Amino acid sequence: MPNSEAIRELVAACVGQVGAPVTALRNIVESHGHIEDEHVRIVADVFNLSLADVRGIVSFYADFRTSPRGRRHIRICQAEACQSVGSRALTKEVTEALGLEPGETSEDLAVSLESVYCLGLCASGPCAMVNERVIVHATGKELLT
Amino acid sequence: MSRAEAKRTLVPNETLANALGANDLARELQARGHEVVRTGGFGLAWLEPMLVIDGEAYGPVQNLDALDAVALGPLAELPEIARQQRIVFDRCGLIDPMEYDPSWLLEQLEREPREIIGEIKASGLRGRGGAGFPAHIKWQTVHDTPAPQKYIVVNADEGDSGTFADRLIMEGDPFRLIEGMVISGHATGADKGIVYLRSEYPLAAEIFANAIDKAGTLGLLERFDIELFIGAGAYICGEETSLLESLEGKRGEIRAKPPVPAVAGLFGQPTLVHNVITLCSVPGILDMGGKAYAEIGVGASTGSSTFQLAGNIKRGGLYELPFGVTMRELIEDWGGGTRTGRPFGAVQVGGPLGAYLFERDLDTPLSYEDMAALGAGIGHGGLVVFEDTVDLVQQAHYAFAFCAHESCGKCTPCRIGSVRGKEAVAALASGEYTEDRLEVIDELCDLMEQTSLCQMGGMTPIPVRSALGEALPRKGEWKQG
Repeated sequence: MPNSEAIRELVAACVGQVGAPVTALRNIVESHGHIEDEHVRIVADVFNLSLADVRGIVSFYADFRTSPRGRRHIRICQAEACQSVGSRALTKEVTEALGLEPGETSEDLAVSLESVYCLGLCASGPCAMVNERVIVHATGKELLT
Repeated sequence: MSRAEAKRTLVPNETLANALGANDLARELQARGHEVVRTGGFGLAWLEPMLVIDGEAYGPVQNLDALDAVALGPLAELPEIARQQRIVFDRCGLIDPMEYDPSWLLEQLEREPREIIGEIKASGLRGRGGAGFPAHIKWQTVHDTPAPQKYIVVNADEGDSGTFADRLIMEGDPFRLIEGMVISGHATGADKGIVYLRSEYPLAAEIFANAIDKAGTLGLLERFDIELFIGAGAYICGEETSLLESLEGKRGEIRAKPPVPAVAGLFGQPTLVHNVITLCSVPGILDMGGKAYAEIGVGASTGSSTFQLAGNIKRGGLYELPFGVTMRELIEDWGGGTRTGRPFGAVQVGGPLGAYLFERDLDTPLSYEDMAALGAGIGHGGLVVFEDTVDLVQQAHYAFAFCAHESCGKCTPCRIGSVRGKEAVAALASGEYTEDRLEVIDELCDLMEQTSLCQMGGMTPIPVRSALGEALPRKGEWKQG
């Protein structure tokens, strides 16, 4: 797990780029998994922003998680093209099996469930991701095992 | 087997094909001695993974030892591609995206900016992202506005459900976009280009980043710099002013217009903001001439559109066709009807802010004007098909819920109207139906349309009204007038 110094380096490397604070937060999520209070302070410090500014950015974008995701991170598309081929039933099946609602993570961090709005595979739904793996024509069985 | 005898085999390196096993097929073909070329996808989703071996097409390929069962004949004669008019996508699927001969592009840079803008004007090109605004007016405005710095910003935040054209071209022919960017930069006097790509497209990001490097080594970026920016999961950032805020490193809250971005955009400088497909149409226009391009299509909807058939559809995918094709031709002839085999129910055209349309609407040609006459739009060219069991009250509820989820929060009609609308439709669906409640929804829709700062709140009433208007008479609950 990267320490504060490593995070600070990661953030400082974005200085001068277009949209740097957003990119810095993206890099933190990619390397650390989620954004902690300490990281917010570092970003605010490096870019000379207020804590409120940075918290505002974090809360705006869906990708900027503030808690760890599960080891098995399941994302199910909830947009219209997937709705038309059964994503609502699929979501219901998965939420019931896991006892988790979208946005929740199991206490042991084994699994987390999240909604996603379109993966751009709209002729092959329902679509989902398990960690970084893309699944088309998804079934409950595939997402759960 | 020597190189000369090796079978030249095209295997798509494209997100959908890869999800269906294209990477494994490529490895196996290599092991069997084929000369494997990783291309983009052709966009024919139901045939993926699709292979082309010495010009013969196969798909969907599951087993390399049973290719005969999925033989499609010579690629050049495959009607699903040959009957299209591929101008943006003419190379996609046929080429290794990193093999690029820059001579054509360098020739274009010898032309006068005035001449290039003239061709764009003659072509009648309009924005492919949704608004359909004449492209040449933006180009001329950026060109004519004096400023120390001008920008080309590409909107690749393709968030509409039912659309994947931007992803396919960026994965399969990234140099098409680079051509459009470099030419528009030359024509408008901008020397910096930025692509705003959504984070849900990691393969497109990887391929496009490689293409930027390659463009640098080919000497294409000496007078024009390109940067790739990855979004962070916000639908609203597809709205151009929200996108600019995000590119400035802030919350993607929209800006009031005017000023338009062509006058004061990124960091207050003149900025040409275009959708990926708009810029990718530019090389074809310069190649054939603006006048010839304008003869394709219908009326003031000139050229080709990259229609995307999605949802409950048998042969879904991307079809680049002239404007004017009817929805029925697309859904029935190209798409083969619903995937589930049940009767057609509804089609939502143009993403989550697009109208739900029905059987009686299907003979309408897909042009900006004909769709506007229906109270609908083309949006980014996506059509999401639903079977007859679709619950339209639920879809109206989703339209409000999506707006509530994605609203940037800047203006009240969108931020609060969407939540109140969601509650009202939920009550309707749970049987608490009264005439009064319908009136509330109707008034709320009027308010959102007339007073929202951007199209998110302003257009959410379109799917709501079209879905409820159809659903309620069916239940005998809607009284006209």
